[in-house]
Amino acid sequence: MKVAITSTGNTLKSTIDQRFGRCAYFVIYDTETKSIEFIPNPNKDAEEGAGPASVQLVAAKNVNKIISGEFGMKIKSLLDSLKIQMIILKEKEKTITDIINLLDHEK
Amino acid sequence: MSPRIKTIRKVINPPIVKGFKPYGPDSGKFIKEPVNLLYEEYEALRLCDYDTYNHLQASQIMCVSRPTFTRIYSSARIKIALAFVEGRQIVIEGGKIYFDSDWYACSKCNCFFNNPEKDKEIKACPLCGSNKIQMYDYEFTDITEPEINDNDLCVCPRCANKQMHEHGKPCKDQYCIKCNTRMVRKRNNQ
Ligand SMILES: [Zn+2]
Ligand SMILES: [Zn+2]
Ligand SMILES: [Zn+2]
Repeated sequence: MKVAITSTGNTLKSTIDQRFGRCAYFVIYDTETKSIEFIPNPNKDAEEGAGPASVQLVAAKNVNKIISGEFGMKIKSLLDSLKIQMIILKEKEKTITDIINLLDHEK
Repeated sequence: MSPRIKTIRKVINPPIVKGFKPYGPDSGKFIKEPVNLLYEEYEALRLCDYDTYNHLQASQIMCVSRPTFTRIYSSARIKIALAFVEGRQIVIEGGKIYFDSDWYACSKCNCFFNNPEKDKEIKACPLCGSNKIQMYDYEFTDITEPEINDNDLCVCPRCANKQMHEHGKPCKDQYCIKCNTRMVRKRNNQ
């Protein structure tokens, strides 16, 4: 299963980005193969439509879950219709490693 | 292949403006607290008086009970009347939006999550796997597009031009496109 995490940077020590549409990077983590991919968000400086464009980007990666600090109303509806689960984590200091450890704990 | 986005049933259509301002020679004399019209109040008014649904249909579209709908709708009308009569501004923001899926909170890792598959029961936190979860009335903060957060902007101290802040680059290393001055962080009151 693939999970997208919004990240402030492109290392495992980067912290979770509280914004979804305009996050700096998306981390795509595969819980089975443990592969980790960092994708710079091309929509981070978009004045409009950053949210829907970011939804398209992560949906194209076939993720089942997205972890971020907040999702807007429109994004919520889009993700609902795509049946992608939203996980809201407001703890700004959490790093990508922390989050991956939490996810792996599930197994 | 990019996924097709299905038609969504219960979308709250965000208003095209953030509010309304009174005008006229005396409008400045009535500087009072703006009236805060909540999103659901705006939506109730739109469904009833713009799209001309009856209360029952509108309540079904918004997924609230009929009495709840009536309460939201009458609150919308009271607020608009207040703004008109007292010459106040109307600010459309905030409120509790009713969405499709159920939300949960995990008390172990402090996350919130929804259940995208209604027919499947959620037994554990999708993040940490804990079963210390409970249903939660999640209230969405409004971060509707195309809003630009002040944190995303830097400002020119010389000509006050504002431009998008480049991530990971200090403001002072960015130059104003108009006058080539070093930029500074935008403060909320600028
Ligand atoms: Zn948890
Ligand atoms: Zn300038
Ligand atoms: Zn800046």
